Amino acid sequence: MARYAASALCLAVLLSAPVFLPPYFVHLLIQVLLWGFIYTAWSLMGRFGLVSLGHGAFMGVGAYVPALLWNYYGIVPWAGIPLGVLMSAVLAIVIGYPCFRFRVVGHYFALVTLALSQVVMLSVVAARDITGGSLGFTPKAVGHSWYALQFPEKGYFYCIALVLWLVGLFVWRWIDRSISREALDAISEDEDAAAAIGIDVIREKLRVTVISASLTALGGAIYGQYIMYLNPETVSGIAVSLQIVFAAIVGGMYTMLGPTVGSLLTLSLNEGLRVGFGTNFIGAANTIYGILLILCIIFMPRGIVGALLNMKMPRSRTKTAPAE
Amino acid sequence: MDIYLLEAIINGILLGGVLALLALGLNLIFGVIDVVWIAYADLVMCGMYVIYCLYALLGWPLLLACAAGIVFVAAMGVLVHLLIIAPILGSAPINQLLATGGLLFFLQSFATLLFGTDFRNLGIRLPIIELGDIYISTARLLAFAMALVGAVALYFFLKRTFIGTAIRAIAQDRDIVGLMGVDQQRIYLVTSAIGGALAGLAACLLSLQYDVHPYVGNTFGPLLFMICVLGGLGDMIGGFVAAFIISQIISIVGYYTNTELSYVLAFVFFIALMFVRPRGILVR
Repeated sequence: MARYAASALCLAVLLSAPVFLPPYFVHLLIQVLLWGFIYTAWSLMGRFGLVSLGHGAFMGVGAYVPALLWNYYGIVPWAGIPLGVLMSAVLAIVIGYPCFRFRVVGHYFALVTLALSQVVMLSVVAARDITGGSLGFTPKAVGHSWYALQFPEKGYFYCIALVLWLVGLFVWRWIDRSISREALDAISEDEDAAAAIGIDVIREKLRVTVISASLTALGGAIYGQYIMYLNPETVSGIAVSLQIVFAAIVGGMYTMLGPTVGSLLTLSLNEGLRVGFGTNFIGAANTIYGILLILCIIFMPRGIVGALLNMKMPRSRTKTAPAE
Repeated sequence: MDIYLLEAIINGILLGGVLALLALGLNLIFGVIDVVWIAYADLVMCGMYVIYCLYALLGWPLLLACAAGIVFVAAMGVLVHLLIIAPILGSAPINQLLATGGLLFFLQSFATLLFGTDFRNLGIRLPIIELGDIYISTARLLAFAMALVGAVALYFFLKRTFIGTAIRAIAQDRDIVGLMGVDQQRIYLVTSAIGGALAGLAACLLSLQYDVHPYVGNTFGPLLFMICVLGGLGDMIGGFVAAFIISQIISIVGYYTNTELSYVLAFVFFIALMFVRPRGILVR
């Protein structure tokens, strides 16, 4: 009961945040929530050993499809976003099914998905007549409009991001408590043994991959609507894929709030160094970030939240930590 | 036959040489230590910066600068192994891949911190050979020749020396090799140093052709992994063949359309082939 009260209190504080925070901090919070949602989506499959370096591809498709449809055909994001998410899901099946069917796992899976994210990014660059290539792409702005899902005021997007983030957490929890979670745990331990006890390995893997890819595409679409500027380097490709993977790992991909903590940490590090040192110190944030990552993977492979939980409950050093 | 197409094919072969050299280094490390160095291309970037600093800023002779670059990157290879890989040698392979991914972030941004994002070059212009109507750059020809020399030297090192034999043995069975009186840790260090030295050699060859900037590794890094996987991770001959296949796709498609599309096609080809031949093109 106390836990629900605490959650409700947190939610109330989060909901009222944009009322008393200056716009800059609301902007940061929106980013933390949106990226937190995307990182959570990644860790849905990452926690079962399906390390995908291709989420930049899903995010890119999710971001570009609605924006292109809006600019060229006037199709509203309300239709464009589901279409983008659907295309991402199809992409996930097209790449996922053969991968799982032919037992492409571990390094190989990571590298195949890495190729996928490069394919999407380079395709966007190659189609520069339509997408603007490396110069980026700006959706047509129409001011405040529910119809076009564009809001110059930060409050609206804050609420959207908050809802999205909560949806991400609910999906995480739903999978965590489902029978699929047990199946996927078994698969990540030993695929042959899992298949031998009657788990449909391909189906289980494919399902979690499609869910993860769709949510990532949704996150990318909302991110595009909020920032109103798309660049192949910032919404797709190897850089974004690695950013997603690392933030999720630093935060801790085996816990529900880990990816969000990763998002909060990386963003505040980035902003703190940017504000503290200015632009003549470019690269400082990522230099520290890189070292942090290496240290994290060596000393805290379960991430910050995972390490904290381990300290609190030293006996629960099992493979997957409890959900809370 | 179209003369420009022929030129594209020749350039593809020449490009394939350097890619093959890099694939060789990455494959050696994978085969022996069972680790994918995601930051391998960025070690090359570091080597290019070292050569740039020594030659263009401090005025060292080019050959000496190149030699220093090779030694420097080889030392970096040893450090990467000691500081990053060795502590997590026992954990899941994917963790090691990701740890070197952290190194990628670190190296790229550290280079940005030191040098900014400007494109820099050595300021050397090697002559261009004319064969009838075909133009071939000497820098590329030199790179190709040196890459072949490096590959052959590595081959004889692996075949004819005791350490080379031990390296090949460890790639086949890392548990038994200890019983045969081989110090695994030492072999890992030697392998990392060789892998680094090959990256250093590639850095010498590439800095004659291309500008160096902190993100230069991103232009050929992903390609390199594709080549290694396509050839079969750990399969050096396969990697060598794959390097030429990929570079031909890139130059020929690039000739008919544009560069990005040729890369897209190379990656799509890679993904498709992974499903047909998941363990490498030469494996039956």
